[in-house]
Amino acid sequence: MGLVLLIIIWLITLVSTYFFVAKTWWLPVGASAAAPLIDHHFTVTFILMGVVFVAAQLALGYAVWLYRDRGSSSSKVAYSHGNTRLEVVWTVLTTILFVGLNLASSSIWASERFRAAEANAVRVEVTGMQFAWYFRYPGPDGKFGATNPELEDASAGGEAALGLDPKDPASKDDVVTGTMVVPVNREIEVILRAHDVIHSFFIPNMRFKQDAVPGLAIHMHFTPVQTGDYEILCAELCGLGHYKMHGMLKVVSQEEFDKWLAAREAEKQ
Amino acid sequence: MATHESAAQESHAHAAPQGFIRKWVFSLDHKVIGLQYYFLALAAVFVGMFLSLLMRIHLIWPAVALPILGDIKPETYLTLVTMHGTIMVFFVLTTAPQGGFGNYFLPIQIGAPDMAFPVLNMLSFWTTFLGFIVMIAAFFVAGGAPLHGWTGYAPLSAVQSSGPGEGLGADLWIISIAIFCIGALMGALNFITTTLDMRAKGMTMMRMPLTVWAWFVTAILGLLAFGVLLSGGILLLMDRNLGTSFFVPLITMNGQVTGHRGGSPLLWQHLFWFFGHPEVYIAILPAMGMCSQLLSVFSRKPIFGYKAMVYAIMAIGFLGFMVWGHHMFMSGMSPYTAFAFSIMTMGIGVPSAIKTFNWLGTLWGGRIRFSSPMLFAIGFVSLFVSGGISGPFLAQPVLDIQLHDTYFVPGHFHLIMGVASIFGIFAATYYWFPKMFGRMMNEKLALWHFLFSLIGTYAIFMPMHYLGMAGMPRRYSQMTEVNYLHDLIGLQKFITYAAFITIAGQLIFLVNLFWSMFKGKKASDNPWEATTLEWTTATPPPHDNFGGHTPVVNNGPYEYSVPGAPRDYVMQNDPEIEPAH
Repeated sequence: MGLVLLIIIWLITLVSTYFFVAKTWWLPVGASAAAPLIDHHFTVTFILMGVVFVAAQLALGYAVWLYRDRGSSSSKVAYSHGNTRLEVVWTVLTTILFVGLNLASSSIWASERFRAAEANAVRVEVTGMQFAWYFRYPGPDGKFGATNPELEDASAGGEAALGLDPKDPASKDDVVTGTMVVPVNREIEVILRAHDVIHSFFIPNMRFKQDAVPGLAIHMHFTPVQTGDYEILCAELCGLGHYKMHGMLKVVSQEEFDKWLAAREAEKQ
Repeated sequence: MATHESAAQESHAHAAPQGFIRKWVFSLDHKVIGLQYYFLALAAVFVGMFLSLLMRIHLIWPAVALPILGDIKPETYLTLVTMHGTIMVFFVLTTAPQGGFGNYFLPIQIGAPDMAFPVLNMLSFWTTFLGFIVMIAAFFVAGGAPLHGWTGYAPLSAVQSSGPGEGLGADLWIISIAIFCIGALMGALNFITTTLDMRAKGMTMMRMPLTVWAWFVTAILGLLAFGVLLSGGILLLMDRNLGTSFFVPLITMNGQVTGHRGGSPLLWQHLFWFFGHPEVYIAILPAMGMCSQLLSVFSRKPIFGYKAMVYAIMAIGFLGFMVWGHHMFMSGMSPYTAFAFSIMTMGIGVPSAIKTFNWLGTLWGGRIRFSSPMLFAIGFVSLFVSGGISGPFLAQPVLDIQLHDTYFVPGHFHLIMGVASIFGIFAATYYWFPKMFGRMMNEKLALWHFLFSLIGTYAIFMPMHYLGMAGMPRRYSQMTEVNYLHDLIGLQKFITYAAFITIAGQLIFLVNLFWSMFKGKKASDNPWEATTLEWTTATPPPHDNFGGHTPVVNNGPYEYSVPGAPRDYVMQNDPEIEPAH
């Protein structure tokens, strides 16, 4: 039985580890400035934890095989209540490993979340509602106009869905779209809102995720570094249509972005 | 202290009840109540497992209609998610290890005739039972059971118009949990008092089996955590039905302004996770205690580092209350607090690692007997390592950005708080079955059950980590709307097939359990040659546990292979051995 357990535990370890190491399924391609930093730290954590995982499982399988009851040929059981020095050693080592890992990642977290977006960032307001994302650009005046919950009409979509208040002059030039278009290599400031329940704005390729919470306007930022189309998902359970709350992020060159935005603004005149 | 303890014990002696109702239904006997909790959990686990099977089927064959249930709609899928999680966490993982085995064996292991408050004990079981009935009732009301997930995030859970099932079904869900909390609070008080006041002469705290330590600390966690959830549940009910706005700001639902104003959705998350994270340890600590116990018994070797194990249990319990924010890194909570919660969470890995090292240290140099309880204890260690190792990924906010709310999370917590805890329950069942029912379970069937369970659960939950890394979000009823998810359907299919096989393996357990109850080989009083007090008494134990006398404890709980002793184990009530070094 000891041998059976050894084989099973080692095989499970081997197969599990193979698919991780072979990267058969892996993180989606990163396309933001933060992605290489996050992925690097992921890899560091992955290697350290992987070594612990494999070592612990191998030791477990080995111990149950080696110390199986062999009847009269078994060697004498070591009568021991433990070893304080060993306890201290592995306590200190695991503390260093876990806390060290954590501190190593803190600077990335700080640059992602502690600082506000740069002043020249492209500002996009993102609003989640059951079950769609809407994107608003402030227009030539650089100001987001007021919205009024009483005016919201989700079924009409676009500006009506956001409840843009026509009485506020700043709202006149606001551009509302169903696709998020941003220029490459510029920092994007995202202002996250939700109308009804909590949603979560998830762009896997940008290594970006943040809940959109009713009653809060959450300011975040990311910098796309690759042009292309990227899928946007909702990551927080928001109701029966959660699985189809889907959007697209188009990352284009600055010129294309300017042209696109100018055309949208012209439609508003 | 000793006289005080025996006085406390004498005052709790009560005559054995006569008649079916007093003996088996409204029983005051902790052993009967323990069995009641156990069978409640057994019923619940099969309901929960059936729901998960339906989820798996719908995920890969969304168009398939099921017998009885008909078409599964996206909202039906979310109902299954919600009820599977809620039933498993509350009525299985909290109920079986603590209410079931804790009730039955804590008093016997400390040499007490019963719990400190037998009437309260009976009340806590029947309260829990009522909670379960109310939970199941949610399926049968108009609109059906809620779809807001077991975490019940507001405003989804706080506004009746947020989706199907958020009407009466959601009210019943909250009421059920509130009832469960009341039962759990009563139980926790009883466990704490019993452990502190009812120990036999010589049963010092540092001679208590690690199972008792685990139940004791779990009870403290329960006392501090369930009260908070109960209050949160009451506030949520008020938001839903009385027009208050604790958790709901000004929102529009289906184009209608709801009338709420000024509430905070994050407040619910703080209250919920202040309970929810300790709850994880409420589920796993008894399994840790169980595993420690069994590794020592079946390695015929003292537990490695008893004191370190006790301090690790305490450290896990203590730190368990300071880490709830790691569920909220992406919630909009201050990123500075995320940093603090992250450090604490990584810190909790330290006592967990200490326990793992000590388990390996216990096996090392032993003479291992592969009886069925031991198989599951070894499986537990393997699962605990595998589930634990993914923790440090999620505990670092910077990695949580990508992994939060993906399949990586269910992969992680199912391995560690789900399956590892369930392995603890299985190990405890195989180990204590002879004491509870006077017969042995079939070892061959147990071996097959073990193989199906270990390989099967790895086949289900390890691939969920791959799915999560690839960006598959949780709680998606279909994978059709997101392009990159199409590539992952093959892996999802594999998981569903594995689930079928694993669930089939659980039927072996069910057959073994009931067959052995009536047809199993007769058990002796101490079939595993173990040292703790439950093995010193008759099988099954008499009403007052020790047949009129009170045991006196002279030894620690894990004296195996003591040099110079006549057999390879020294019972706790045997004459005192020389102090060990």
